[in-house]
Amino acid sequence: MAADDRTAAVHAEGIVKRYGPTLALDGARLTVRPGEAHALVGRNGAGKSTLVAVLTGMARPDAGRVTFGGAPAPGWGDTGAWRRTVACVYQKSMTVPELTVAENLFLGFQGTRTIRWRALRERARELLAGYGVDVDPAARIKELGVEQRQFVEIARALSGGARLIILDEPTARLDAAGIDRLFGKLRELRARGVAFLFISHHLQEVHELCDTVTVFRDARHVLTAPVPGLAEETLVAAMTGEEAVGPVRQPRSGPRTAGEPVLRTRQLACEGHFAPLDLTVRAGEVVGLAGATASGTTAIGETLAGLRAPDGGRIAVRGRPVRTGSVPHALAAGIGYVPEDRHREGLVPGRSVAENATLTVADQLGPAGTVLPSRTRAFARRMIAALDIRTTGPGQPVSGLSGGNQQKVVIARALAREPAVLVAVRPTNGVDVKSKDALLNVVREVADGGSGALIVSDELDDLRVCDRVLAVFHGRVTAEFAAGWHDHALVAAMEGVAAAAGEDTGTGPSGPGRAPAPDARNTQGTEGTAP
Amino acid sequence: MTGTVSPPAADAVAGPPRRRPRVGPARWRDFSLVPVIFVLGVIGFIVSPAFLTRDNLVGVVQQSTELGLLVLGEALILISGRMDLSLESTIGLAPVLALWLVMPAHGARFAGLELLPAWTAIPLCLAVGAAIGAVNGFLVLVLRVNGFIATLGMLTALRGLQVGISQGQSIGHVPESFAYLGKADWLGVPAAVWICLALFALGGAALGYLRHGRALYAIGGNPEAARAAGIRVDRLTWLVLAVGGLLAAFAGILYTGHYGAVSASQGNGWIFQVFAAAVIGGISLKGGRGTLFGALTGVLTLQLVINVMTLAGVPPLWTQFLNGMIIIVALVISRFTSGEKQD
Repeated sequence: MAADDRTAAVHAEGIVKRYGPTLALDGARLTVRPGEAHALVGRNGAGKSTLVAVLTGMARPDAGRVTFGGAPAPGWGDTGAWRRTVACVYQKSMTVPELTVAENLFLGFQGTRTIRWRALRERARELLAGYGVDVDPAARIKELGVEQRQFVEIARALSGGARLIILDEPTARLDAAGIDRLFGKLRELRARGVAFLFISHHLQEVHELCDTVTVFRDARHVLTAPVPGLAEETLVAAMTGEEAVGPVRQPRSGPRTAGEPVLRTRQLACEGHFAPLDLTVRAGEVVGLAGATASGTTAIGETLAGLRAPDGGRIAVRGRPVRTGSVPHALAAGIGYVPEDRHREGLVPGRSVAENATLTVADQLGPAGTVLPSRTRAFARRMIAALDIRTTGPGQPVSGLSGGNQQKVVIARALAREPAVLVAVRPTNGVDVKSKDALLNVVREVADGGSGALIVSDELDDLRVCDRVLAVFHGRVTAEFAAGWHDHALVAAMEGVAAAAGEDTGTGPSGPGRAPAPDARNTQGTEGTAP
Repeated sequence: MTGTVSPPAADAVAGPPRRRPRVGPARWRDFSLVPVIFVLGVIGFIVSPAFLTRDNLVGVVQQSTELGLLVLGEALILISGRMDLSLESTIGLAPVLALWLVMPAHGARFAGLELLPAWTAIPLCLAVGAAIGAVNGFLVLVLRVNGFIATLGMLTALRGLQVGISQGQSIGHVPESFAYLGKADWLGVPAAVWICLALFALGGAALGYLRHGRALYAIGGNPEAARAAGIRVDRLTWLVLAVGGLLAAFAGILYTGHYGAVSASQGNGWIFQVFAAAVIGGISLKGGRGTLFGALTGVLTLQLVINVMTLAGVPPLWTQFLNGMIIIVALVISRFTSGEKQD
């Protein structure tokens, strides 16, 4: 290790960082060797983000030492030097949507006092070409897709000359194909000797891309190990601090007798989002709606919830028609909804857990339009206990909860009215491995309790709890799978690779840049589920 | 209030309540101005013996009522994540329009239309206020234009309308029924004070205990989440804007009664103080945060400062400068006594 220090792309040890009473990092250490792809994993709140902030000069550690290539870290506040040393692509987009690609690339680093537009664009073109990014430098960022934006951000991050790049959950915003292309790009960069620190919730991505993995838990370093040969269970155990987690996801036990249809759509359609859809969800059944980001599945979820008015078609819950395009009617009819993005549509950040959890049942908490605080608290306590929400109490603001617990509050809100059918869009979006299982179990239990559930997602882990899965491509249901499907078949259907359903050879129209296996993502520890 | 690095609550226990709901940091925020008011009282006492007299204090409270009602309306609107600048014109225009419709066509200096009996002046005035709020709602909720500019335009247009109708003059000799609430004393204290307190209490109860009132925090805090939770966001926002206009019109009634006439510049330039009082009182301009009690303390703080300044004998030509400075100082003080960023 000592010899490593001098050559390491980055070496940090004994890092302590406090935020008020919270110990965010407690003697943390990390070493990334040059040209290495190093994964940093840990549950929400493990201290990953704080470590990133320390390594990029955004936060000043209270104690500890950071060196880059043997040289001490740049001075506090010397942004130029930090930028030359380490590059970072943040989880949130750090581009200015109204400015052009070229301006974004050199934001704050135009060099001269006056801007020479032609030269700026020229430099931008060279820079982008250097990283093989095919984007017009004169285009505005807002005109680009998520994936292209991310490449622009990576190019910008590296333009300072750094040999180390930190990627904070870069795949969260991408669909499967985009992730493959991103990984292709990262492998290219690595071949040129750029080192990575890669932060992700997807262990499969870690396996696919990284050489070494470091696990953080409760603000401390727990484990650093080479990735090849590292068992999935060991990694999960290190992250959660529990030995045997047991079967992470039990395969569905034999076919159960599905009950009455609880949700039924007839020719439900929304121009430009999805084609007429006939969907039936029965009591006791979890149905998956699988589709990539732009496939229209999210729109289907929103339409069912009443957030989006369909162009035509009907929705019925327990046989009774529901007025479409109205959330109050959908709620009253018994459609519970977990929105895709909890920050955007799920939570009111400054308000308490109790208030957020009871947002949909405010009419049941007191007589004549009143809301009694005592009943609100009692209701929230029941939800906190039922869903095992980790909080200091019903009065804690939701913004103080970890991601997984925030998501549980959103689900509590959806379940508060005891819905006939629960529509959950990407219910495990941005939560850690353990919370993921808890959340999916909740969905399963809802169905076991006699309601129906519809999971809209592109995460194979989410879809694994489903009794059957409908694959959606370009707004149309293209295939249906019973439980026990093969990963690659479902992914192929989601990606619109029609003929690939039963075959292993890639016959699809995928472009030349695509990584060999479209199913490479998300196939964590599932060998057992294939018959 | 929001921890950027949230402890994952690894040690927190869910389940049986460990303690009764305590007075949390969020509650302390409401009381952060109380010591400030107390200190102002002490300063006032030192500055002038006239400060701690009944007449002076009643005067301060009465002067707070009109501003207070505007702040009440604005606070509700701000909590719902909107803003309405036109309130300061509504306080003048609503009484003028109502009086124009009921005042005799001949005899007085101001010629009305005499279309309706005099007793309808108050309901008319309130209806005008609500209608102005509804128009604001139409602009920002249906046409989806920018609320700041739209209500700023309304502010100017309504002021102009008032000047046009009243010929730029004050309107005196208002009907007795119209002036009653503003000048009557109940139990030795101006009726306006009782009414204002009752309305604040009513508003506070609505925000705390009514479904629709509580929904305002959700709407202001995250409208998308409120919509996804089945709250009729646009309808409620519209209602709040109308209530805001109605309260401004009511403030106009009290003001008119208090001074016995509608002056042409009634309410002119108040909106700055309205916003200042709301923000000093802990209402977030971004919506979703603040309480009416806080807003009320904000109003009292501002009025006390002005009163103390007057008693200290500040030359009138300097009051405008000091007014602005005091609001900034009050803002800074409240930001640090509450320990929260204002946004």
